[in-house]
Amino acid sequence: MEEQKPKLKLAVYWAAACGGCCVSVLDVHEALFTVISAADLVFWPIALDFKYADVEAMPDGHIDVTLFNGAIRNSENEHMAKLLRKKTKVLVAYGSCSHMGGIPGLANFSTKEDILRRVFEETESSINPEKTRPQTEYTVPEGKLEIPEFFNDVRALDKVVSVDYYLPGCPPQTERLVEVFMAIVTGAQLPPPGSVVGAGNKSQCDECNRKKTENKVISKFFRPWEIFDDGETCFMEQGVICMGPATRSGCGHRCILGNAPCRGCYGPLEKVEDPGAKMMSAISSIIEAKESEEIEKVIADIADPAGTFYRFSLPASMMRRKLI
Amino acid sequence: MEFKPQIIAFLCNWCSYTGADLAGTSRMKYKSNVRAIRLMCSGRVEPTFVLRAFIKGADGVLICGCHPGDCHYNEGNYKCLRRYHLLKKYILQLGIESERLKLEWISASEGKQFAELVNSFTETITELGPCKIKETMEALK
Amino acid sequence: MKRITIDPITRLEGHGKIEIFLKEDGEVENVYFQVPELRGFEKFIEGRPAEEIPHIVTKICGVCPGCHHMASGKAVDAAFGVVPTPTAVKIRDLFYMAHFVHSHIAHFYALGAPDFVVGPTAPKAERNILGVIGKVGVEIGTEVIKQRRIAQEIQALLGGHQTHVMLNIPGGVRKGLTEEQRADIEVKAKGFVEFAKFSLKVFEDVVLANKDYVDIILNGPYKLNLYSMGLVDENNKVNFYDGKVRVVDQDGNEHCKYGPREYRDFVAERVEPWSYLKFPYLKKVGWKGLVDGKDSGVYHATPLSRLNASDGMATPLAQIEYEKMYQILGGKPVQNTLAMHWARLIELLYSAEHCLELAQDTSITGQDLRTPITKIVGEGVGIVEAQRGTLTHHYWTDEKGMITKANIIVGTTNNNAAICMSIKKAAQGFIKKGVTVDDGILNLVEMAFRAYDPCFSCATHSLPGKMPMILNVRNDKGELLQQVKRNHTT
Ligand code: SF4
Ligand code: SF4
Ligand code: SF4
Ligand code: FES
Repeated sequence: MEEQKPKLKLAVYWAAACGGCCVSVLDVHEALFTVISAADLVFWPIALDFKYADVEAMPDGHIDVTLFNGAIRNSENEHMAKLLRKKTKVLVAYGSCSHMGGIPGLANFSTKEDILRRVFEETESSINPEKTRPQTEYTVPEGKLEIPEFFNDVRALDKVVSVDYYLPGCPPQTERLVEVFMAIVTGAQLPPPGSVVGAGNKSQCDECNRKKTENKVISKFFRPWEIFDDGETCFMEQGVICMGPATRSGCGHRCILGNAPCRGCYGPLEKVEDPGAKMMSAISSIIEAKESEEIEKVIADIADPAGTFYRFSLPASMMRRKLI
Repeated sequence: MEFKPQIIAFLCNWCSYTGADLAGTSRMKYKSNVRAIRLMCSGRVEPTFVLRAFIKGADGVLICGCHPGDCHYNEGNYKCLRRYHLLKKYILQLGIESERLKLEWISASEGKQFAELVNSFTETITELGPCKIKETMEALK
Repeated sequence: MKRITIDPITRLEGHGKIEIFLKEDGEVENVYFQVPELRGFEKFIEGRPAEEIPHIVTKICGVCPGCHHMASGKAVDAAFGVVPTPTAVKIRDLFYMAHFVHSHIAHFYALGAPDFVVGPTAPKAERNILGVIGKVGVEIGTEVIKQRRIAQEIQALLGGHQTHVMLNIPGGVRKGLTEEQRADIEVKAKGFVEFAKFSLKVFEDVVLANKDYVDIILNGPYKLNLYSMGLVDENNKVNFYDGKVRVVDQDGNEHCKYGPREYRDFVAERVEPWSYLKFPYLKKVGWKGLVDGKDSGVYHATPLSRLNASDGMATPLAQIEYEKMYQILGGKPVQNTLAMHWARLIELLYSAEHCLELAQDTSITGQDLRTPITKIVGEGVGIVEAQRGTLTHHYWTDEKGMITKANIIVGTTNNNAAICMSIKKAAQGFIKKGVTVDDGILNLVEMAFRAYDPCFSCATHSLPGKMPMILNVRNDKGELLQQVKRNHTT
């Protein structure tokens, strides 16, 4: 019998995620059947009922490719990251959460204590006079129950294990995933490990089709609701902060098509160490004001610089979190 | 133990660095906690330089450039000024007191001003105490 | 004591775990449904500009991002003291109907239907979407995928990003519709209506025509005696985007009806030390533990509870189906967990019909997309019906519109207690003294929580021949007594 090329063994796992990354995999729609014919899905909790024990039982390096989405928020996430690293040949940080910490990473503006207190004791609909909080181990009459430990920090995947590739986006555009998938299936040469795949090498601004002038100058910033967007002029030129200059292309400028400024989910450009720092540089070059006081006034209108410039990337930034 | 603040100063080669030099050669007394980094222009101070100084353990960061209008690259110091204001806002949101970052214009002849600046900045930082970022970075390891 | 651990289960928003404790004789003693995960959105949206929140909270759930986007958008409107323009409301509603069409199709065909169309104890290799397609035909299977895709394309057209939409801006929407786009959506919406009618027909032919299935629905251990919650319009008809929350009791009498701002008078949340997910309950009735009945404040917020809590559907075809369901199942309220699937299809038809109504309203192409903001009020509550239950977002802001505090009660959270109880009841009904826990039994237990649409609708059981699951029966020392493996793929 002719020997068949073994099918690719693919796993998809979510840690602290929203499910959107898994949905982006399902959104191949009619092409789902092509994917299944080229690859065996050996672990995918959203779709398959494989258990953790099944993964533990696999030999090391058994899985060819794992798309790991979601940030590292608790002990279970960390455990699964380590386990899947061991069992996987090519580990892909899939989506902003896993790539840079993503939206859950905004929690690094707070501490574990702040979050637990707010959620379980202070929220206005909670009635909790005993100040009960979830316990990692708790004994009920029938036996002991366990839940994972909630960490103080959110981490990007590569802060916990080594990562072979990054596929950015919140979630990644399905078309980009299919391109990368087909490249793997056909055995095409992949870029060196540690690279970003499934994204462009230009900035959002390079691809954005809004009207822009060569030398922008800004004299005042506005919150999006303070202006009436004309639907065609560059957001920055209208005074609305847009992360386009500091963000990698690849999404097809989705948000801008929806008349919303980019918030940077595709992450920084090649070799940029800190996405927010890049944005601060970019903004500094286009503000018109020269006097200290005037500059302060202009900048005062940027409502939440840290939360905007690092919307998806705080845990992967140089500072990583608010000081404890 | 007495707290000896660590201060990183980014100095523009054309003016402030010469000013600092002058302060040195004229033997004006100023505190020795400052480690000076010479750059061609204050406009060269990338936000990442400042952030790296903090995460590597600086308790304060000082930036000095030529007076407005005197920048050898025309606009470098204005750019720096804007970055400075943005950075101050940013570090404050992350829990670093914005006083830990300071920008001043120092010309080549202002050795005395430089010495005074260093002394007063060192004093401010000493009062603030050690920057907590060291503990935070330690905890993240 | 023996215990059975199912970890992880495919669950509502990420991760979930079921612990079943057995008595020495093999009968079920107790069941715990634990949610091991927390991300803390309530806390970390503090300090962010309010207008950014509708885009941040979509990331609570990538399966129903549109619901968070809507509830959040409404809460921000309220906090900014602004009423969206009539056109904006129509566009939001249109988007929302497409969101429901996509989600309900996915849930029924990929998740719910395999249990019925293929059969609850059919060979596991067939008990999935492909098995369903095998029974109903490839043509129909392709149609399912296509209709869901079209619904998603409408969402992307209106909201830019196809998953995490960017539609809402305080006071309205960012983008309007052209006449051409409207006409196109009208055609597509007609397709939805046809498809929804067809889906109900499938349900009728496959489920209702089968005596055994009707028997499982009516007499299986899938019945709880709960309060029912749902959003209704001024005529007490089901509405997803706007209205008041109405709760009816076990006899179908109104327990309460409240506007968004009053939610805290009627709903409270309890914390249990063994789960990160809180347990909402009716405040005026009180928390009596994981028990049902009129004295227990536990309620459910599902397609079925929405129908129970309403006086009917606002569209004609859905109304006919609504009446039919109650007639066959013996009047209101219906408490059979598995009837949620039926109710979901009736909602699918309503969403499709309402989508068509909106698309046929030529004024939806109006240019009045936003109401300007004149003064920031500083507090706002937004409530919508998410596919998986009533969704409440409550924000406080400072005078600049920056978030100072937030409280969120997520759709699925409403059903936390009910899901725990449904699983327990099914487990008690099927895991008995002398019964070997096998795959079929396991699936029958799982059907209890699957009815609640644990979010990953589109996915579970969707791939060919691969639906493995391990069930471990352990003793109190954690030693393995019995392991049931379900189909481990090839
Ligand atoms: S990257 Fe975005 S879509 Fe993916 S899990 Fe995170 S929040 Fe969801
Ligand atoms: S700043 Fe934003 S709107 Fe302007 S060109 Fe760049 S991506 Fe486009
Ligand atoms: S426009 Fe920006 S925020 Fe939106 S999807 Fe693209 S990279 Fe992400
Ligand atoms: S050369 Fe001194 S600041 Fe530019």
